[in-house]
Amino acid sequence: MTGFEAGIVVLSLKVALLSVALSLPVAVFFAYVLARADFPGKTLLDAVVHLPLVLPPVVVGFALLLLLGKQGVLGKWLNDWFGIVFAFRWTGAALASAIMGFPLMVRAIRLSIGAIDRRLETVARTLGGSRTWVFASITLPLALPGIITGVLLSFARSLGEFGATITFVSNIPGETETLPLAIYSLVQTPGGDAQALRLSMLAVILSVAALVASEWLTRRARTPRGEHDRR
Amino acid sequence: MIDVDIAQRLGEFELAVAFRAEASVVGLFGRSGSGKTSVVNALAGVSRPRRGHIVVNGETLFDSARGINLAPEKRRIGYVFQDDLLFPHLDVEANLLYGFHCAPSAARVIAPAHVIDLLGLKELLRRLPDALSGGERQRVAIGRALLAQPRLLLLDEPLASLDVLRQSEVLRYIEQLRDDLHIPMVYVSHSVGEITRLADTVVLLADGKSLAAGAVDDVMGRIDLRPHTGRYEAGAVIETIVASHDLRYGLTTLRFEGGELIVPNVEALAGERVRVRIRARDVSLAIGPPARISILNVLKGSLVAIANEDGPIVDVQLRVGDAALLARITRRSRIELGLAEGQEIYALIKAVSIDRRSVGYA
Repeated sequence: MTGFEAGIVVLSLKVALLSVALSLPVAVFFAYVLARADFPGKTLLDAVVHLPLVLPPVVVGFALLLLLGKQGVLGKWLNDWFGIVFAFRWTGAALASAIMGFPLMVRAIRLSIGAIDRRLETVARTLGGSRTWVFASITLPLALPGIITGVLLSFARSLGEFGATITFVSNIPGETETLPLAIYSLVQTPGGDAQALRLSMLAVILSVAALVASEWLTRRARTPRGEHDRR
Repeated sequence: MIDVDIAQRLGEFELAVAFRAEASVVGLFGRSGSGKTSVVNALAGVSRPRRGHIVVNGETLFDSARGINLAPEKRRIGYVFQDDLLFPHLDVEANLLYGFHCAPSAARVIAPAHVIDLLGLKELLRRLPDALSGGERQRVAIGRALLAQPRLLLLDEPLASLDVLRQSEVLRYIEQLRDDLHIPMVYVSHSVGEITRLADTVVLLADGKSLAAGAVDDVMGRIDLRPHTGRYEAGAVIETIVASHDLRYGLTTLRFEGGELIVPNVEALAGERVRVRIRARDVSLAIGPPARISILNVLKGSLVAIANEDGPIVDVQLRVGDAALLARITRRSRIELGLAEGQEIYALIKAVSIDRRSVGYA
């Protein structure tokens, strides 16, 4: 692997990891609410959560640009008050990927939370566990296979994310040029095919590695253990 | 002391239950759909009644008028469900200790080692719930509830999902807990056998209403409640003390207020309290003292009431000393003997009709 390729792979991984880290807590929250709570407007919330799945990625990227661009409503405010800038930064690429992978993550986690016998949580409450502790000690561990699946799906989605990223943060080598973006621009360049092919092979290897890792994690999650790590 | 007075609407079902009970084991008895589980759910704080109050040992857990509704984790009420509901991702030991760790250290009176010993769980600690038999799982569930240091233990048909062999195994353990740990229990069941074997006080539920509450033999012996206590299982419970064992014939003599009862060998020491359930159909009646018969138990008493039934069978309520007895005879016998209320009468009970299943530790 050349230094050029390594740079792109590292950046892609960095973007994917940050995007998963950004979306995971939020996805767990929404998955729990959608699986367990009943409230007016639930259907609407469900639709909003799924929006990135059905919208053209370019539209999501454009919306992000309007909202979080340097002159965007939120972007200007974030920059003025906290000095946080997403536009044309790798963090912006991670944010775009996080939003695109969000519905996949929520779906997987929601399914596994929905499959948990609610009475297990009820028993835990009668045994003296607070709501929060029951969530941490019963709900989360039992939902772990779904969480791992969700993380993998969103991670893979992030490695492949193209439309929203290029619209929101453009294609800046070394900053926002992830694997798909690099492959795309190589294909557009005369004589870049060989390099594009090498990068594509790398993309395949990365994806397979992610799959294998998640299989291994899921198997480990299914092997329960004693509750030795108590607070 | 449990003081319950609650009203709750559950879909089409209207629950309105009120009872007070001061007993080590309170039996909640009723057919399925009578509202038993709804009552324990309200006690545990799993569901919220529309109005009323729940007071356990002087502490108000729920009071709609005063706006009190303690969260389940604040009530310290152990709840054993019909299904064991063990946490599948934790081994037996971690399951047992879940509530123990949640309890404040000052409240940790019941020691894990003691419960593990009482329930015979030592060999199972490292196993996962999946690798346990039904009886073992239910024992772990009971131990887990106990180790949360409850002030009251709710057992909702804990034997329902077990086969007959496991039922008697778990029942024996529950009896041991009652005698050893002195934790008040509410035992929910639709089985007369389980209730009479375990409970001191019984609350009879039907269609979401509490029809009667009181000593087991009083409530179960009442003829007017028979449509709810069940026909086939009609009988009465007598509290007795083991007087002596007759090793030569393998018989045990039990003493109670109204006399003595000879039964096949009971595994209890002289002086121990034993509860005996006598089915109505096992009691015959005579108006004079019978002679030269095989029946060992002839108890002199008085006739209290005769159930007004038009069918071929009538139920007769008797009083022998302090104890209530129920006899089931044909209407023909009743007419031919000229039985009337207040009359002196002899109750005949075959010793062999009292089997192992009708005797329990009191």
